Amino acid sequence: MSYLPYIVAAWICLVGIAGIATSRNLIHLAVCLTVAQSSSYVLLLSVGFVKHGRAPIFLGTKLGTPAVDPVVQALTLTDVVVSVAVIGLILALALDAHRLSGTVDPDHIADVSG
Amino acid sequence: MTWIPPLLVAIPLFGAAITAGLDHVTPEPLQDAMVVAAATATTALAFLLLWRAEDHEVVHWFGGWQPRHGIALGIDFAVGPLAAGMCAVIALVVTLALVYSLTFMKEAARLFDALMLVALGAMCGFAMSGDLFNLFVWLELMGVAAYALTGFLVERLGPVQGAINFAITNSVGSYLFAIGIALLYARTGTLNLAQIGQTLARSSHAGGLVIVAMTLLLCGFLVKGAVVPFHLWAADAYAVAPAPVCAVLGGVMTDIGLIGVARMYWTVFAAIDHGHAIGDVLLWLGMVTALLAGTMAFLQRHLKRMLAYSVVCHIGVMLAGIGLLSAAGLAGTELMFLAHALLTAGLFFVAGVLHADHGVIDEFRLRGRGRGCWAPAAAWLVGTIGLVGAPFAGVFLGHDLIDEAATALGRPWVLPLLWLGTALSGAALLRAGARIFLGWGDEDDPLLGKAMEEDPLERDVLRPLLVAVSVVAVAAGVAISVVPGLGQRAEYAADRFRDRSAYVAQVLHGRPMKPPPALPVSILHASVASLLYGGGATLFVLGLALVGLYRRRLPRLVAATGERVLGPPVRVLHAVHSGVVGDYVTWVVVGTAVTGAAWALLLRGG
Repeated sequence: MSYLPYIVAAWICLVGIAGIATSRNLIHLAVCLTVAQSSSYVLLLSVGFVKHGRAPIFLGTKLGTPAVDPVVQALTLTDVVVSVAVIGLILALALDAHRLSGTVDPDHIADVSG
Repeated sequence: MTWIPPLLVAIPLFGAAITAGLDHVTPEPLQDAMVVAAATATTALAFLLLWRAEDHEVVHWFGGWQPRHGIALGIDFAVGPLAAGMCAVIALVVTLALVYSLTFMKEAARLFDALMLVALGAMCGFAMSGDLFNLFVWLELMGVAAYALTGFLVERLGPVQGAINFAITNSVGSYLFAIGIALLYARTGTLNLAQIGQTLARSSHAGGLVIVAMTLLLCGFLVKGAVVPFHLWAADAYAVAPAPVCAVLGGVMTDIGLIGVARMYWTVFAAIDHGHAIGDVLLWLGMVTALLAGTMAFLQRHLKRMLAYSVVCHIGVMLAGIGLLSAAGLAGTELMFLAHALLTAGLFFVAGVLHADHGVIDEFRLRGRGRGCWAPAAAWLVGTIGLVGAPFAGVFLGHDLIDEAATALGRPWVLPLLWLGTALSGAALLRAGARIFLGWGDEDDPLLGKAMEEDPLERDVLRPLLVAVSVVAVAAGVAISVVPGLGQRAEYAADRFRDRSAYVAQVLHGRPMKPPPALPVSILHASVASLLYGGGATLFVLGLALVGLYRRRLPRLVAATGERVLGPPVRVLHAVHSGVVGDYVTWVVVGTAVTGAAWALLLRGG
């Protein structure tokens, strides 16, 4: 078993979160959010990976044929769908922020604090 | 009776789809009636489910995919009395909020009702789910609805900022949760909670992977539950959301995170051998949350922001109750949730009435303008007393059980700290109430910062309806501590919730549980310590509220010393709550790292 996919997943997640924490632009921030989330896709797919495994379509295959785990693929798909809704909403809010204040810098739209 | 749990999700979601789909087609009164009917039906079914779940867990396997030989194949809802009770309160609060918003929200806000129903369905699904990945899906679904509801009034920058901070911080939390799911699935090969617990129990030693997965999963819930240091989004979001949305978010949706923590601990992580390490970290997080949020509440002048910190403060007390890991502690959390949800919703409703009357929700701008509004004033005062937990009012009974659990565990120092937290937030609410409804106190206080700009409501409201809903919510919440038999039933529900082997036997093997004992219908006896602390906290609240009102009239020496000692930490606190989302995400990462490190040290080092 290779550790590489797990290291890659951790790296993507940390890079994405670092991007969110330091971002000065809401659109850029939304992209960083997508990057951070894609680490969970990499992780899920590598969890379900089987060496020399086929795609998990079992019609007409012999019993016992190795196949990758279909559950994690379903999870990844659901994850993608969910994130589309969130990202869409954040982009819409970024548009509103720009309409109201003329900027998409999160530091400048910090209207309320304390 | 296994047909009820899916309906609690299906009715609100179908209601939402029909409302959104037939927008502008059906006449408004019909739409309103349909939305309220959907929420009321959900509430009624949730109470029916609560009654049925008393004897055994109500388990529904979707599509009839029953487990074979103890291995879960499908996805299930498994509902005990605790989950059913949560659903009932959630549905009740959402119903009240929908009735309140009939005239509170402007005409074009039909999608508002749809989003509220989506949130209701998602919260019920979350409380009942027996599947790890489904928890994530419900969490995200209620999240998306909540972000949209928070930013619903986009005429000002505040709501946009609040919604963005809420959405991004909570999304990062859900991603932590998603990574945790992947790790736990990799370790156990299943997503069914009962079966994950069984697999982990086979080797009770906590491996590094399990600790990392647990940290990510629980911290994901703590972000949702607004526990310090993951709480920073809460005040920004609640300050700007419309009052009925605040009632739902603050009253029940924040507490959903705690249901998640309890569910994950007792069905999954209780299986690993950990002494009391997992609970101790939760207990400390809870105490810090209660104290810090109580202080922050006292430093606010915007009523909804103040209430937001009051919510976070009570979340801290409830998390401490879970962290004690005993039946009494969990029962205390449960009772506190009931009272807190209704009282908080009621106070947010009163804040909405003030907003409708005067167009502002600022403590100083409203000073003396609430004179003569007896019903809202009484609701505010009673609600505050209930949230403090004066003997036999509101959250008192829950607090009493948590006290009992802490004493039984040999941690009596937990009591004064938790009571101090609730007293601080209660004093803030009482101070604001006295200033607004009685006109007491100074006209300004630089300690509390600047006023926030606010738009007046655009619609004529039916004021008696708003006041009536507020009074009903507060009255129901304050009475929780004196409902006969409720305390015993909460303890029984907590016992059932904690019994992992009975849960596994029922869910995976279909073995029925033993029937419940005959529960008495009487009011629980409170311990002397709790009566003293409750009474003492109430007196302390009165004193502190007076200090808050007449701070300028303190003797100069006292005031100067107070300023010198308390000034710097107060400025640091204000600076930490910066309103910038990047800072919040950094705190989430720091909080996760510290929590995980604490667990790793306690579980592996000891």
